[in-house]
Amino acid sequence: MSEQMTGAQALVRALEMAGVEIAFGIPGGAILPAYDPLFDSTKLRHVLVRHEQGAGHAAEGYALATGKVGVCIATSGPGATNLVTPISNAYMDSTPIVAITGQVPSTLIGSDAFQEADIRGITMPITKHNFLVTRADEIARTIAEAFHIASTGRPGPVLVDIAKDALQAPTVFEYPKKIELPGYRPVTKPHAKQIREAARLIATATRPVFYIGGGVLSARASAEFFALAELTGIPVVTTLMARGAFPDSHYQHLGMPGMHGTVAAVGALQRADLIIAIGTRFDDRVTGRLSSFAPHATVIHADIDPAEISKNRTADVPIVGDARDVITELTAAVQAEYKAGRRADLTGWWRQLDTWRKVYPLGYEPPSDGSLAPQYVVQRLGAIAGPDAIYVAGVGQHQMWAAHYLPHEKPHTWINSGGAGTMGFAVPAAMGAKFGRPEATVWAVDGDGCFQMTNQELVTCALEGAPIKVAVINNEALGMVRQWQTLFYNERYSHTDLHSRRVPDFVKLAEAMGCVGLRCERAEDVDAVIEKAMSIDDVPVVIDFVVHKDAMVWPMVPAGTSNDDIKVARDLAPDWESEVL
Amino acid sequence: MSRHTLSVLVENKPGVLARIAGLFARRGFNIESLAVGPTEHPELSRMTIVVNVEDHPLEQVTKQLNKLINVIKIVELEPENSVSRELLLVKVKADQAARSQVLEIAQMFRARVVDVALDALTLEATGSAEKLDALLRVLEPFGIKELVQSGMVALGRGSRSLTDRALRAVDRIA
Repeated sequence: MSEQMTGAQALVRALEMAGVEIAFGIPGGAILPAYDPLFDSTKLRHVLVRHEQGAGHAAEGYALATGKVGVCIATSGPGATNLVTPISNAYMDSTPIVAITGQVPSTLIGSDAFQEADIRGITMPITKHNFLVTRADEIARTIAEAFHIASTGRPGPVLVDIAKDALQAPTVFEYPKKIELPGYRPVTKPHAKQIREAARLIATATRPVFYIGGGVLSARASAEFFALAELTGIPVVTTLMARGAFPDSHYQHLGMPGMHGTVAAVGALQRADLIIAIGTRFDDRVTGRLSSFAPHATVIHADIDPAEISKNRTADVPIVGDARDVITELTAAVQAEYKAGRRADLTGWWRQLDTWRKVYPLGYEPPSDGSLAPQYVVQRLGAIAGPDAIYVAGVGQHQMWAAHYLPHEKPHTWINSGGAGTMGFAVPAAMGAKFGRPEATVWAVDGDGCFQMTNQELVTCALEGAPIKVAVINNEALGMVRQWQTLFYNERYSHTDLHSRRVPDFVKLAEAMGCVGLRCERAEDVDAVIEKAMSIDDVPVVIDFVVHKDAMVWPMVPAGTSNDDIKVARDLAPDWESEVL
Repeated sequence: MSRHTLSVLVENKPGVLARIAGLFARRGFNIESLAVGPTEHPELSRMTIVVNVEDHPLEQVTKQLNKLINVIKIVELEPENSVSRELLLVKVKADQAARSQVLEIAQMFRARVVDVALDALTLEATGSAEKLDALLRVLEPFGIKELVQSGMVALGRGSRSLTDRALRAVDRIA
């Protein structure tokens, strides 16, 4: 199929061929030629956002909710640089997005032309790969390569910067049937010898733990992992990125590990004799001080990115491969071990874990002044909206409470900014998720600090038909930063007070943006206001939950310290040894 | 000191050098020397990177390099199984009195005179870093006006070629 058209038409056609149904963006000078054929496309919907950062996060939310590649479009210069934060976020969380940016005409590149920015240079460290296209003939092939790179191997963001004259020039459209990149061949099939060795260790370890990361979700391997977990009876911890990969309600699930992990999850890793890490990267927020992390554990580390293996913690059994292939083959290999009569007794291990769970469950003290507990709000939201809703969080205290207290029962229903910790992620990402899964209820759980960074995308939601719901956990402060000031800076609250009880008035702000605005300040009203929001499905809803200011996220491992030093509340550390029954 | 010589075959495309230099900078890997140039195949360039891996295991350096889409192949060249050379151009003070001595030294090091002025000589020398250092040490007393050195380039010994297999991959797409 070769057909005469402009570079811009080739771009739109190539996006259609790549299966793109929706793109989020804002036009501008350099990308303008592309917006003309985009106007006519019947297959590809364009959503006009209010800020390019929103386009990028929406592409991420869409990708995480659907498993498809998210697409955002911006013009050159400031349009492109506004995409830097979401691109960086997608890079840290391995989310497949393709960003398309207009560039000044190739004849002007390097001349400091109007709205010129070297976005390829700027995004080199935060993309899986990026391209600068200066010839119309290269557009279709480059788009095909971009989608291939973004969605295969370890997923990630790919940027395609296209010079304006390339969009305007005539070309013959040709979409490649097969992509061959000599320097890009991700290994997906694990090595059989490594699988056998891993299975042998799994069968014989007496204190094993599955340490499950976002890679299991990327590989859409939750069902396969569920089978492996049940086969082995081994305890499971799921990282912030992997919440929902294994049901919270399952007996074997110990919760989230890391800085704000549960005592049982953190303790299990610290005392394990075997860690089976799948699709995860031993991030510092999980390991605490690396030198004291899991000191007794042999490590099996499976990841699709060979560079993650032994980057932070040396792996005793490295396995390079796709999480789903790894899990499937491990299941068969472990079965063979059990058949051969090798199976360690985990009773003693479970007795210890159950003790930790019983003595140090997640919990919080209701505020003594009668104000609303943020944890209670999140808990009730989860109970009423249920495990089928998609929950999208920003970054900070509300995110950790959402990670702890929402019902994480199903894969791909928890979307948040993990590695980058991007405040302002929630509203635009929820918008993207809603466009991707319009039949689902999508709740953004946001903080008042985060909400004030990106709430303008509620305008987009209202006008373009994305009736998301937003629970603003309004403690009138940059809560997590304030928590650190409480704990580590002698309660000197330098520039964390947002005074946002009524400025801005979130209810009026919501109404001004075409949403329904609700407010809740008392525990007894929480259920009713959530139910009211659940009953509205034609416009976005924002609830301003005015909550207690001094609530803190517990447990906590202070930054730079050992996981053994976890605190379950201020000045309260678990007693690891004496509690063993 | 933990030095390794990597020979890296990359696609000959704009921005590849920036990608590699940027990767080394942001991951905190130390480059001691880097030389890049075309190969016998126009679609490929070859880089010789001498890396000091005091703080990071070499494995992490090569794995991160391998993640770059434009990097096609990486091999470590062990000193005992490879030939490595650097090029030196050095301008030495050499008036009438000193000239014959400088020429004698040049001869001993198999350096060539590439430019002559009334009071200076410019020499060209190739060899290992050690040999070039030795040459500079003996030239020092005469007065070195300026010098420039290339990065190290290296090839494995024997008849095998790094590009063989990589070329087949490139041919498939070409």
